[in-house]
Amino acid sequence: MACFLVPVTEAVVTTIVGKTMKANEEKQDTFNIKEAEAVERIPFSRKLNWLSNMLWGGSALLAFEHIWHGEVVPWFPFLTAAGSPADMVEMFQEMATAGIAMAGVVTLVWLGIVAVVSGTEKKVLRSWKSEK
Amino acid sequence: MTLLTTVFAAIISTIIWYKNAPEDEMKIGILCWIYWGASLMWLVDAIFEYVELQAAFFTPAPYDMLNDLYLGLSVVALGMVIWLVILLIQDPKGVIKKSLFQKKD
Repeated sequence: MACFLVPVTEAVVTTIVGKTMKANEEKQDTFNIKEAEAVERIPFSRKLNWLSNMLWGGSALLAFEHIWHGEVVPWFPFLTAAGSPADMVEMFQEMATAGIAMAGVVTLVWLGIVAVVSGTEKKVLRSWKSEK
Repeated sequence: MTLLTTVFAAIISTIIWYKNAPEDEMKIGILCWIYWGASLMWLVDAIFEYVELQAAFFTPAPYDMLNDLYLGLSVVALGMVIWLVILLIQDPKGVIKKSLFQKKD
């Protein structure tokens, strides 16, 4: 009904936080491995951008599915469920269950990716330091 | 069927991205994130549907399957349109800039 609104809200927050962080981020330490090659720690704002991309992309395609099924319409109040109080209750229930679960699963997968990437980063930097 | 179509799109785009990595001149990475994000969301949707329908979830009516496939293909096309718009706006190869602001000899 309107479950995609929960990931959209999270996407708005992560985009704002990511943009703010990127503006404030100082240049990360750069370690030269070879003359022409460098290992750079991935800034957190870039990692947050991965989450934003997943949330925005997924929500956009999910919103299209809702248009396809006639749950989102191009006229006010845009959600057909907003027409009656009983449908609104069902809509909020769906947002609280499926919507939160969608946002949660995407965030969990992103956390997993960030953990793996951070582990690899540490390994590469450690091996570079030991070579040095 | 929509979930399956999106997962296949995500896998194919990831393979293409990996083949060209670390170069990402065509911004295929964005396409990967879009499709994986949608796949995860539809996976959750499918789990909720499975809880409701149980075994009937795996035996949809042919009409429903066809409609879901049609939706899945439309969703894949929309994802590509979004990626294309981002690609043309960011213009990493500078092609748009060059063709629009070409100096006349």
